Amino acid sequence: MRGISFVRQFVEVFLAIAIAPLFTGWIAQCRAWLQNRSAPPLIQPYRMLRKLFLKDVALATNASILFRATPYVLFGTMVLAAAIIPSLVTDLPLARVADSIALVGLFATARVFLSLAAMDIGTAFGTLGARREMMIGFLAEPALLMVLFSAFMLFGSTSLPSLVDGYRAHQSVIDPSVIFAAVAFVMVLLAENARIPIDNPSTHLELTMIHEAMLLEYSARHLALIEWASSLKLFNYACIGFALFLPWGIATNGADGAGPLFVAIAALIGKLVVAGAALALIETFSAKLRIFRAPEYLAMSFLLAVLGLLVHLLLGA
Amino acid sequence: MNAYHWISRIALTLEAENLHLMLLIVGAWMILGLAGFARPRSIRLVAHVLFPLGSVLCLCICLLAGLFLAMRQGPQMVILPLGLPDLPFHIRLDALSAFFLFLLGVAGAGISTFAAGYFRSGEGTAPALLGLHYHIFLASMALVMLADDAYMFMVAWETMALSSYFLVTSHHRIPEIRRAGYLYLLMAHVGAVCILLCFGVMQGGSWRFTFDAMRSAPLAPFWATTAFVLALLGFGAKAGLVPMHVWLPEAHPAAPSPVSAMMSGIMLKTAVYGLLRISFDLLSIRFWQWGALLVVLGLFSALFGAIFAAVQTDMKRLLAYSSIENIGLIFTGIGLSILFATNNMPLFAALALTAALVHSLNHAFFKSLLFLTTGSVLHATKQRSLGKLGGLIRPMPWVAGLALIGTLSIAGLPPFNGFVSEWLLLQSFLFTPQLPHAFLNMLIPLGAAVLALTAALAAYVMVKFYGVIFLGQPREGSVENAHDANWLERIGLGWLAFGCVLIGALPQLALRAAAPVTDKLLGQIVRPSSTVWWIAPIAQEQASYSGVILLSGIVAVVVIAFVVVRMLAHGRIRRTDAWDCGYPWQTSRMQDTAEGFGQPIRHMFGAFFRMERSLPSAADTTPRYRVYIEDRIWQGIYLPLARGVQGLADAIGVLQGGRLAIYLLYSFLTLLGLLVFVL
Repeated sequence: MRGISFVRQFVEVFLAIAIAPLFTGWIAQCRAWLQNRSAPPLIQPYRMLRKLFLKDVALATNASILFRATPYVLFGTMVLAAAIIPSLVTDLPLARVADSIALVGLFATARVFLSLAAMDIGTAFGTLGARREMMIGFLAEPALLMVLFSAFMLFGSTSLPSLVDGYRAHQSVIDPSVIFAAVAFVMVLLAENARIPIDNPSTHLELTMIHEAMLLEYSARHLALIEWASSLKLFNYACIGFALFLPWGIATNGADGAGPLFVAIAALIGKLVVAGAALALIETFSAKLRIFRAPEYLAMSFLLAVLGLLVHLLLGA
Repeated sequence: MNAYHWISRIALTLEAENLHLMLLIVGAWMILGLAGFARPRSIRLVAHVLFPLGSVLCLCICLLAGLFLAMRQGPQMVILPLGLPDLPFHIRLDALSAFFLFLLGVAGAGISTFAAGYFRSGEGTAPALLGLHYHIFLASMALVMLADDAYMFMVAWETMALSSYFLVTSHHRIPEIRRAGYLYLLMAHVGAVCILLCFGVMQGGSWRFTFDAMRSAPLAPFWATTAFVLALLGFGAKAGLVPMHVWLPEAHPAAPSPVSAMMSGIMLKTAVYGLLRISFDLLSIRFWQWGALLVVLGLFSALFGAIFAAVQTDMKRLLAYSSIENIGLIFTGIGLSILFATNNMPLFAALALTAALVHSLNHAFFKSLLFLTTGSVLHATKQRSLGKLGGLIRPMPWVAGLALIGTLSIAGLPPFNGFVSEWLLLQSFLFTPQLPHAFLNMLIPLGAAVLALTAALAAYVMVKFYGVIFLGQPREGSVENAHDANWLERIGLGWLAFGCVLIGALPQLALRAAAPVTDKLLGQIVRPSSTVWWIAPIAQEQASYSGVILLSGIVAVVVIAFVVVRMLAHGRIRRTDAWDCGYPWQTSRMQDTAEGFGQPIRHMFGAFFRMERSLPSAADTTPRYRVYIEDRIWQGIYLPLARGVQGLADAIGVLQGGRLAIYLLYSFLTLLGLLVFVL
């Protein structure tokens, strides 16, 4: 293990923590433009975080230690996930800690903690949010795993750095299963990150809330940490998507020095700009689904991923 | 250096006498059981002396078994001068037995310690009898794993079934408990008959009943498959494989919690052991169809168990269904292993078998832990129904904290132990496209999808379990006055929780323990890794996982985040009422009930259930809402079967006319028939 790879590891984690709220802000800005509203400034999420960190926490009288610890746990899991996903370089000391299946597990850990915290106060909205979140979660997780399985079929690995290296080695290979998997992945990304059409991040209408319902009792620094963790989660999902489907620009094994790193940073920012605009476009063009239709949506993404797998087995074997 | 020398000398001595020492421990358990009769009504003697001693013996057997696995020596054998005249008891200790004895010891130690604090006087069976049944149960499970002939195996197996039956019915004055016990005994015996028949087939006409003879008996493919199917039926009935699972959700709520923990954590694993012993060791797996059958049954059980667990309203029934799910996962692993092994892929077979073994060990830890916490909750609140609990994290912080570890483990979340075995199982599923059967290749990715769905559903179920019991507001006023577990109970729970964290952080340990078993059964092991930091079962480029770095990473980031937030911002907190979007009147009735939390599952998987609902009409002054959910299998298989048996018995009952003349006529006709037969 070389010292330089630790340096790059730190660069990657700090970059992720720093620009994740920016990515959320960019999506919000694009959405506002597309909907003919005047857009909030790009740094609005940071202002929000600063405001929340300075406020006093208003904590429910019966809140337990679990409720207070959860924001930190959420933030911790998301930072660790950001350290594992190869967003800039593949030669990361921490990348071997968890393969993509373990990453899915890590996201599940965060989800379970948030759901438990939402049930802790014992309000009607909290449990409602927890129930819905777990429902979306258990439907989205198999779909995501199927996407990862089809990536495994192509390059024989579930470890994201190896996948990136594999893609880079066969740049010409475009397998039809990749297209199915990519569509399924985008659907899962929308569902898991509380975006339209499954959830609406800017709603407080009780019948439609999922993610927001769980956060109702949180305030100040706890809320700030959760918001930051949520934007990190979206950033992480985007980076998993880049690693799986758009690996160009990521500095692979052996590419030393500052040059490839700057190329990788530029490529990442470019991809984020495009992906954010695309997400805003999808969200603007679709309406929120009724909660009972969410299983159908997720079943469709699951079936797409399975179809991709079968297509690969039929054509590729 | 000197100390090391002494330790290795002691280890070598223990190693040579391993099997004898184990038999001594088994004998000591029986003596402990009998010792209670010195003062049959004294809870102090039985609970505070005998149970802790039994727990120490559990630790000893776990150490001995661990030593055996670590030293990797050949099997040890003893022939006891007991049993039938020309069929003495054969005892044998090999890697497979040692692994399951390790499981028995390590989980039993926690359960016995908890039981020492759990049993109170004046509840059901007298303490001495309870102690006798409990320790005989432990001893018979150990003997099942040590038996080396069919006769010894069946004696131990039946002793296990009977002693656990008496433990299940220790509150025998309650009619439902007697009914649950009867159902359990019935299923146990149907299973035992199948196993007996299986041994009958396997002796292959040689009439020698030692396992050694069975190993070398030449069996035609048809008879080998028959033996396998009989073993599957017999051990499946004990393990709770669907559709033989019906006794589990009845017997577990009936039994006292340490007994539920013992049955679910350890006894179900004796069935796994038996199936492995017969299919891998005695029948030396021959056909891939066996594996396919196991995978299908296992996956169906897993999904079925998870779906039913999600709609339960009794906390112990919920855990019972979750046991069905976990047994399904273990059987899936065994099935995959057979599929790979019969297609000459020993490495992948070893991976799948390792997954099954590690999951057995993990399940022993977290399921025992959770059953024991339900025991503490039951003592503290006298409530088993989820509809009446809630908010116990405040009066019972110890139990709640330890239960959280169990909950996260069973939900299959990293960095806890449940995740490790699910990860291994998913990894082995990934290699199924390399199987040389075009048809299987297509179907098995769907199997992986079912596995993923089950794992995710398990998380749903456990959020419901933990959230409804420990979080929120108490649903009944009396729950507020609950008391935390006593210190013996805490030690027992803590031991099991420690196991969950340890295997989660260092899965290498579990892989190392499983390696001698896969080496013996398949001639191949899964190397944990070259470094201590992570496991990479096939190759590091392919997949790797490190529980310890994940755990310490999360802890480190949490601590750093906490310190930084405190330094840069502040730590001011104001306690107020809950906000809840500004609704002023919040009662505990506004939280989700257990039924409410399971509603999405009921909605989505309606085809699995037989549901009876009674809804209030608009004019009801005292509206009542009731929903009753049942297995379709109960209606579809068991009731027709029971009616059939009843009808058959009635038809035969016609013979019993009650008149002597008729009976004499029967004798005469029989004699006549025999005469014709002889002539």
